[in-house]
Amino acid sequence: MWPQVPQALRLIPEQASTVAGQVDALFLFLVAVTVFFSGLIFLLVLVFAIKYRRRSEAERPKAIHGSLLLEAFWTVVPLGIGLVIFVWGAYLYFVISRPPAAAMEVYVVGKQWMWKLQHPTGQREINELHIPLHRPVKLTMTSEDVIHSFYVPAFRVKADVVPGKYTSVWFEATKAGEYHLFCSEYCGTSHAVMGGRIVAMEPAEYERWLAGGVGEESLPAAGEKLFGRLGCNTCHRSDGSGRGPSLVGKFGRTEKLTSGETIAVDESYLRESILNPQAKIVAGYPPIMPTFKGLVTEDQLVQILAYLKSLKTDGQAKP
Amino acid sequence: MTDAAPEPRKHYLNCEYSVRSWLLTTDHKRIALLYLVSISAFFMLGGILAGLLRLELLTPQADLVQAETYNKLFTMHGITMIFFFLIPSIPAVLGNFLVPMMIGARDLAFPKINLLSWYVYTLGAGFTVVAMVTGGVDTGWTFYTPYSSTYANTNVILTALGVFITGFSSILTGLNFVVTIHKMRAPGLTWFRLPLFIWAHYATSLIMILGTPVIAITILLVALERGLGIGIFDPNLGGDPVLFQHLFWFYSHPAVYIMILPSMGVMSELVACFSRKRIFGYNFVAGSSMAIAILGFLVWGHHMFVSSQSMYAGIIFSLLSFLVAVPSAVKVFNWTATMYKGSIALRTPMLYAFGFVGLFTIGGLTGLFLATLATDVHVHGTYFVVAHFHYIMVGGAIMGYMGGLHFWWPKMTGRLYSDAWGRVAAVILFVGFNLTFLPQFVLGFLGMPRRYHVYPPEFQMLNVLSTAGATILGLGYLIPVLYLLWSLFKGQPAGDNPWGATGLEWQTPSPPPTFNFDKTPVVTEEAYAYDSSSEGHRG
Repeated sequence: MWPQVPQALRLIPEQASTVAGQVDALFLFLVAVTVFFSGLIFLLVLVFAIKYRRRSEAERPKAIHGSLLLEAFWTVVPLGIGLVIFVWGAYLYFVISRPPAAAMEVYVVGKQWMWKLQHPTGQREINELHIPLHRPVKLTMTSEDVIHSFYVPAFRVKADVVPGKYTSVWFEATKAGEYHLFCSEYCGTSHAVMGGRIVAMEPAEYERWLAGGVGEESLPAAGEKLFGRLGCNTCHRSDGSGRGPSLVGKFGRTEKLTSGETIAVDESYLRESILNPQAKIVAGYPPIMPTFKGLVTEDQLVQILAYLKSLKTDGQAKP
Repeated sequence: MTDAAPEPRKHYLNCEYSVRSWLLTTDHKRIALLYLVSISAFFMLGGILAGLLRLELLTPQADLVQAETYNKLFTMHGITMIFFFLIPSIPAVLGNFLVPMMIGARDLAFPKINLLSWYVYTLGAGFTVVAMVTGGVDTGWTFYTPYSSTYANTNVILTALGVFITGFSSILTGLNFVVTIHKMRAPGLTWFRLPLFIWAHYATSLIMILGTPVIAITILLVALERGLGIGIFDPNLGGDPVLFQHLFWFYSHPAVYIMILPSMGVMSELVACFSRKRIFGYNFVAGSSMAIAILGFLVWGHHMFVSSQSMYAGIIFSLLSFLVAVPSAVKVFNWTATMYKGSIALRTPMLYAFGFVGLFTIGGLTGLFLATLATDVHVHGTYFVVAHFHYIMVGGAIMGYMGGLHFWWPKMTGRLYSDAWGRVAAVILFVGFNLTFLPQFVLGFLGMPRRYHVYPPEFQMLNVLSTAGATILGLGYLIPVLYLLWSLFKGQPAGDNPWGATGLEWQTPSPPPTFNFDKTPVVTEEAYAYDSSSEGHRG
């Protein structure tokens, strides 16, 4: 089940994403700092131990009480080096944490002990994800039970997958191949086998792979059906005449709440509004929506989200 | 002193022999030995578990044990080693024995509470081990929710209860030390004349008192959710699973400093004695202990960079983590500088001190990889983390404990062990340790997650190396058991001060009389006055 890596003892993992090289550069800089300072200390200890070894039991070396200058020196230098590493790491963390706007979205649901993935076009995969090269892919993830963590070493990215909320991770593959997918947050008995592979493919090949899938419904289309079947559209009418707010074009905007606060309409807010509608009510609407907790699965929530996100104000999407 | 006198000198060991006199003792030195026996037993248990884990990891498949057993084994290894060995190790054994002696006191401030601490610890730890052995628990020592509170099918509540109970012994010991150090110092022993071992224990005690209640409350909340369904951490009950991680690491990161600070205190004593030098930059070494204790409470979020914690919180915690690294670096530089122009004797305790400096330096520097946001994203939850914290806890804390045990063994028992065997064991431990854990840094960088009993075959070579190292490491721990036990019966009498060390504990006979000093000592000079003529008598 694991892809074969020819080299049994490699020291640097495969670099297969846009950030991998950058993370490794910082990592190797840290290795250099570690080797330099450990080497310095080892050398000093060794030299002192030999040079000042006790030659007679009567030796009474003179006391040296210390040196303010030296103390200042070895406080400021490590601090300075530390701050450089901090800024470098924080800058890269920004890059890793913020997906590009144009990223292709894939939805991930983790459960004991498997990964369920859905492409925007509707293809579902289990413990496997096919992605095109040279295109940012953003995963929106949640868990059905305990905390898991989505980890692709070759891409140098990981993010915990937490029940009750959405987290995300993104990457852009640069090299075709198969890479390990691991769960890296302990999640119970079969944690060690909750893995699989990421298959990075040339874009054309990826299109062929997509086309080869059985004619599954796209996520927004499936979500639209659910939106009708659950009766959401009786209140959330697209023209705004319903008892609830119209949801067209709402995703990514900010809304004013009855409490006076404002909130960004993102995946987590939409999710909360479906499962716990009374928590944050948009100003001007009565708190009459019932909860859908227990009525929708995590997979269905993802479909509804995909549908709501597809509702654009420019009139392109269906009402 | 001990020649053919008709009646041998009375000391704390031979004053009474009955079992009752041990189990009801309020003598801090006897309680220290009670702790020594208890923690050695738990260390042995934890070590055997580690051996089983390494054995299973020899091959990529599950051979020795299956998933369920493996998960229980690493959980038990972690809980035993951290809560029942590392946290009490130096404070409860060496600290208990030495804090009163080093400050010229007859005992700790609250001798009965001290005995109570040992009972609470031993009963709590014993209870936990019974819970883990009979039913087992598979949450990992970190008890992450909602796995621990809702999904695990093992003995979580009983185990948590045991850890909860044990925590009180830690709080009581910390309280006892703080009061003792404040109120019972000998005349003339001002704060800046205190041995650095005392400063380290003072800082450690503050963390024990301030941090332990938080883990106790957290564990209680997990038990409440699990037992009564009160929603705190499980989102299905309206809770927040990440809240648990905040509470857990608010204690458990400072707990790392509970393990390492006392070891640093031991280091200062060893380096000064075997270099015959005053500690270079005494004030900075003392101050850095306090800085570590305080800053250590502000960095817990660096365990949570990929946990869905806010990106901005991550940046603040990363910055603070770089700050806490500085006082540790200051200590290492000062110890090294202490050796400069010293008179260096490579006796067994000093070899452990060298081992500490080497391994702690690597452990500390590899901590930077985890404090750095972008590199942590990659290696978080992998063997890199496992290697890093073993360098700190085994390479640092246990090396310090072994060094301290060898340094004060003659004082505690009145006997000398074989220095040659001691040095052989120290070298074997150093080699075995590095062979065990260096490969794990590479494994982590390559992406092998921790807590896996099966793994892709390309990781096997490094795992074999690590297991080979663990075998050598195990041997390195076995040898001292043998020659230390041997020394109890056949060792040469140690004399009052076999190392020619300064410090009040060396100015009283070995083993010390029940109340430590025949008359209260008066201190007239700073610690580590190795160049002054007042230091002289040695056995």
